[in-house]
Amino acid sequence: MILTRILQFRSFLKRYDHLLTLPVIIGILIIFFWAITAISVDYWQPYDPLAMVSRRLQPPSAKHLLGTDALGRDVLSRTLHGARHSMPIAMSVVISAVTIGSLLGAVAGFSGKWLDGLIMRLVDVTLAFPPILLAMAVAAALGPGLRNAGIAMVIVWWPIYARLMRAQALEVRERDHVEAAIASGVSRTRLLFVHILPLCWTPVLINATMDFGQAVLLSASLSFIGLGAKPPTPEWGSMISEGATFFYYWWIALGPGLSILMVVLGFNFIGDGLRDFLDPRTTD
Amino acid sequence: MLRYIVRRLIAIPLLIFGVVTVCFFLAHSIKGDPLSSLLSFRQLGNPEVVAATKKRWGLDKSLPEQWFIYIRNLLSGDFGTSFRTRRPVLEDISDRLPATLELAIASLVIGSLAGISLGMLAAYYRNRRIDDGARLFALVGSSMPVFWSGLILLFIFSVKLQILPGPGRLDPVTDIPPYVTGMFTIDALIAGEINKFLEVLKHMILPAFVMAWSMMGIISRVVRASMLDVLNQEYILTARSKGARELRVIINHALRNVMIPTLTIIGFSFAYLITGAVLVETIFSWPGVGYYAVSSTRALDFPAIIGVTIIGATAFLVTNLVTDISYAFANPKIRLG
Repeated sequence: MILTRILQFRSFLKRYDHLLTLPVIIGILIIFFWAITAISVDYWQPYDPLAMVSRRLQPPSAKHLLGTDALGRDVLSRTLHGARHSMPIAMSVVISAVTIGSLLGAVAGFSGKWLDGLIMRLVDVTLAFPPILLAMAVAAALGPGLRNAGIAMVIVWWPIYARLMRAQALEVRERDHVEAAIASGVSRTRLLFVHILPLCWTPVLINATMDFGQAVLLSASLSFIGLGAKPPTPEWGSMISEGATFFYYWWIALGPGLSILMVVLGFNFIGDGLRDFLDPRTTD
Repeated sequence: MLRYIVRRLIAIPLLIFGVVTVCFFLAHSIKGDPLSSLLSFRQLGNPEVVAATKKRWGLDKSLPEQWFIYIRNLLSGDFGTSFRTRRPVLEDISDRLPATLELAIASLVIGSLAGISLGMLAAYYRNRRIDDGARLFALVGSSMPVFWSGLILLFIFSVKLQILPGPGRLDPVTDIPPYVTGMFTIDALIAGEINKFLEVLKHMILPAFVMAWSMMGIISRVVRASMLDVLNQEYILTARSKGARELRVIINHALRNVMIPTLTIIGFSFAYLITGAVLVETIFSWPGVGYYAVSSTRALDFPAIIGVTIIGATAFLVTNLVTDISYAFANPKIRLG
C-alpha cells in the first residue's frame, strides 16, 4: 500500500521533472516563505511593527537585526509585516485582472461582431497609456490608499489578459471539437465555458505568474510615490520612501527592498519554469 | 504593407482622442469639488463669487460642453495651469523634457548595449556558468524596484566610496551651461567646457545605469533566444566550415540576423523608460518630466498629472507605431494587417 503510494509519488515527480528545476524550486520556497510569513507573523514577530521600541535610527545590531527607523520602530518586524500588504494586494490585483480580462477577451473572441469591436477598442485605448502613468492618474483620481491603488492596477492590467484570451479563443473556436459541439446543439454559454475556455489557459497562466511579481513591483512603486499605503502602515514601497528621506541610514530601506527583490525574483523563476514546461516552443 | 501603415496612422488620432476622453473623465471624477481648490473657504460662502468663478472656469456648462472646450483647448496647446507651480502645464513639461530625454537616451544606449552583450554571451555559452550568470544578472535588474536599486547604488558609490557624485544633474556649486538644447552634455560641449561635460556625465552614470539595468532582462532574453535560433542555422555551419574566425561568424553572420527582434524589443522597452523616468528621477532629484509627474501627483495637482499622462501616452503610441512599422519593413516575411 505505502509502496504503491511512494511509486505513484515518484512517477508524479518524474512527470514534473522538467518543471521542478532548481530556479523553480527556489522560487516556490521563497513564495512559500513569504506566504507563511504573511499569515503567521503576528505570532512570532520580534517586536510590534507600529510601536517605538528603541532609540531612533539605530544601525543593525543583535537586538534589532535590521536596525530601527526614524521613529525607533524595529525595521525587521516592519519588513516581515510588509508581506501582509504586498502579497494580498498583488494576489487580488492579478486575480481580478485575469478574471475580468479573460472573460471579456473570451466573450470578444467568441461572439465577434460589435461586442468584439467595443471591447477591443476599450483595450486599445487602455493599452495606449504607459502603465505607470495611467496607474498614477487613476490612483490619484480615486484618492490615495492601498485599495484604490489596487483598483488602478486592475484597470491598467485587464486589457493584457483580454488580448491574450481573445487570440486564444479565436484560435480554439476554429478547432474540430467546437464544430462538433455546435453541430450537436450545445448552448452558447456551455460552448464558451466548457469547450473553449478550458483550452485557452496556458498563456494566461504563464503571464499571471510573472505578473504577480510585476504587481508587487507596481504596488510598491505607487506606495513609494505616495499613492498606496499610508504611514504608519509597514508597506515595502512606503518604507523605502522613508529610507530615501533618511538617506544616510541605509538599513531602513534595505529590508523592504530585499524583500521585494526576493518575491519578484521568486515569481519570475516560477513563471520562467512554467513557460518552459507548458510552452515547449520557447524552450531552447 | 502600405495599407497597414495607413490604417495604423489613422488609428493614432482616434486612440489619442480616446486617451484624452479617459483623462477628461478622470479629472472630473476627483473626489471633492474643483471649486474648493480655486476658492478660499470664505469665498465659497459667497454665492456671487462662486457663480463668477464657475463662469470663469466654464464649470456652469454641461459635461459634454466642458468636454468639447477641453478638447478645443488641448488642440490649441492649452493643457491648463498647474495648481502647484501656477504656470501653464505645457511650459512646465517642455522645460523639463531635455533633462528627461538626456537621461533616457543614455539609459537606452547602456541598456541596449549591455542587454545585447549579455544575451549573446548567454546564448554562446548556453547552459554553462556564464549563461546562468548573465541571465541572473539581467533578471535581478528587472526584479528590483528601480527606486531601491538607485538608493542603494547611490549610497555605495556616492556616500561610502565617494567615487561618483550625489543626486542632481550638476554639483550644487556648478553653474548651468548656457542654454542651447537644454541637454547639459550637449550644451557644455557647445560652450567648450570639457570639465563640465565630464561632470554632467558623472552625474548621469548612476541614474542611467539603474534605468538600463531594469531593461536588460527583457532585451537579453530576446537576444539570447533569437541568437540560439540563429546559431543553429545552416549558414553559420557553412561560415564555420569555410574556416571563418569565431568572432567573425558571430559579428558578421549571426548578429545581423538577431538585430530585427532585438530592435523590436528595444522599441517596446519604451514603457520601461517611462517607468524609469518617473521613479529614478525622483530618487536622483533629476529635474525632468518624471520628477514633475511625481511631485504633481503627491500634491494632487490634476492639470499637471493629466498633462503628463496625455503627452506620455502620445509619445508611447508613436514609438510603438514606429517600432511596428520598422519591424514590418525590416522583415519582409512578416505580413501584418
